[in-house]
Amino acid sequence: MHQKINSVGELESIANSIRKNILKSLSEAGSGHSGGSLGLTDVFTALYFNILNHDPEKPDWNERDRLILSIGHVAPVLYATLAEAGYFPVSELMTLRKLGSRLQGHPGRDHGLPGLELSAGSLGQGLSVAVGMALADKLDKKNRYTFCICGDGELQEGSIWEAAMSASHYKLNNLITIIDRNYLQIDGKTEDVMKLEPLQDKWTSFGWAVLECDGNNIEEFISTIEKAKQSENFPSLVIAHTLMGKGIKSIENNYQWHGKAPSKEELETFLKELE
Amino acid sequence: MKYINRGNIATKEGFGKGLLKAGTSNDQIIALGADITASVGINYFADKFPSRFLSLGIAEQNCIGVAAGLGLSGKIPVFSTYGVFAALRTTDQIRISLCYNNVHAIIGGAHAGISVGPDGATHQALEDLAIMRSLPNMTVLSPCDATQTEQALIAAVEKLNSPVYLRFGRAPVPDFIPDEFNFTPGKAQTLIEGNDLTLAATGHMVWEAIQSANMLKQKGINARVLNIHTIKPIDKDAIIKAAKETGKIVTLEEHQTHGGFGSAVAEIVSQHAPCPVKMIGINNCFGESGEPEELMLKYGLKAEVFTEAIVKFYIDKVTP
Repeated sequence: MHQKINSVGELESIANSIRKNILKSLSEAGSGHSGGSLGLTDVFTALYFNILNHDPEKPDWNERDRLILSIGHVAPVLYATLAEAGYFPVSELMTLRKLGSRLQGHPGRDHGLPGLELSAGSLGQGLSVAVGMALADKLDKKNRYTFCICGDGELQEGSIWEAAMSASHYKLNNLITIIDRNYLQIDGKTEDVMKLEPLQDKWTSFGWAVLECDGNNIEEFISTIEKAKQSENFPSLVIAHTLMGKGIKSIENNYQWHGKAPSKEELETFLKELE
Repeated sequence: MKYINRGNIATKEGFGKGLLKAGTSNDQIIALGADITASVGINYFADKFPSRFLSLGIAEQNCIGVAAGLGLSGKIPVFSTYGVFAALRTTDQIRISLCYNNVHAIIGGAHAGISVGPDGATHQALEDLAIMRSLPNMTVLSPCDATQTEQALIAAVEKLNSPVYLRFGRAPVPDFIPDEFNFTPGKAQTLIEGNDLTLAATGHMVWEAIQSANMLKQKGINARVLNIHTIKPIDKDAIIKAAKETGKIVTLEEHQTHGGFGSAVAEIVSQHAPCPVKMIGINNCFGESGEPEELMLKYGLKAEVFTEAIVKFYIDKVTP
């Protein structure tokens, strides 16, 4: 099983390395989603280096916790984290979005990337799959967790709420969903494009145990997940408040960076910013 | 060979019985219901194995995603609802969550065809084959009677390892496939030998094709009848052989003629053994309310209605 890292300083330094690799891979690819990937880096670091029971040596280990990334477009953070954790060489990140690569623009399992649980990219589907996985574990009486990462804009998809209903109906306390709450989507602010608030009330009324935290504070995020694991009868929802583009000032909170990759020149500046 | 109608049975009964049988011998099978459990035949399984039946409510998109999650965890999910919802409301979920992930899951498309009857156009699945057969990794089954539907469900569970769309109907129809006829996915069945022309049929239309072949025989025309119960992957060899040996093919389906079974046959014929093809089915329109038998007559899907056109197609030297 993967060694868990408890030192916050060490985790932050891993996150920093992942951020650099995200930017490098995106710049090399020439396209892709920078903002959400950087915003979620602390969440991914906490998950893969502290929270999840998993084994990069045995990606199919059948007692592993499973992480479903419903928002396939932030694949760069998933790939950079999996590489950092040892699922495949970090150098392979430079093949992102290229012909023949295992690192598809949106995750595709048919290309054989180790550690990838689901091909996804069409919004609103991942939570249903996570519900199916958590249900299978209940039927098999397996004690492990399924995590699902959804975007905030993604919650505008009706199918999310079908999944939300079913998770609480079946009391899936082995399912923890993390909402990347950065208040931005491609067209602008989520509350302008299609209002999501009151978000906490919505999920509570659907029968979920709702927690909120700073998704860019690794320590706070880890302790919030610990609390989520205490839920006895409800699936848990963690609203992780993140800053889109976290770590790079010109990307932070700038929705124009939702689906944009840094140029070679920008990359140099950004990497210096992370030193 | 003569085919005897053992009595009219809805193909959904075959689906239900097949699911019960498969579920008895394989405890990894999980059935998913979207509120209309009894009317699609899942009730037998649900009553016998309540802990392996998941009620998910009127939420078909979620059903497909949940099926994918179960399948990725080693279960064999079987989901069924009316074909219009099972295949069409959920197409994107089927495409990405099931097919792109290549999950072994079975989607039962119930109430297929115009013979659904009085419920009318909203509930008559007439486009499902076209959409489902266009998806990579998907297998599409369209058995002809209750016996074969039962066999098809069992084969989908035991012999296949990818997403399966299994289409069946609501109206009681002749149950005639001899028990000794094995169901092999992808392998067409030659029900009647003949070399004058071929009637290639699927689903409920297979019985009508047999009736039509009998009528043609009276007129001295020996028609070959192919039961093509697998729309994808389709039995290319049987179709090419029929085109070469009989020279003309009539396709019969309870589905739109564009994009569906007839199109699948024409794709093979046009590329490998060009010959005239006549397509019988629903012609670019919605259905309506009526009794199944009345609708089949009105929309030209009964042997007594379409056989004359087949005679003309046979005699006509050039134009199909």
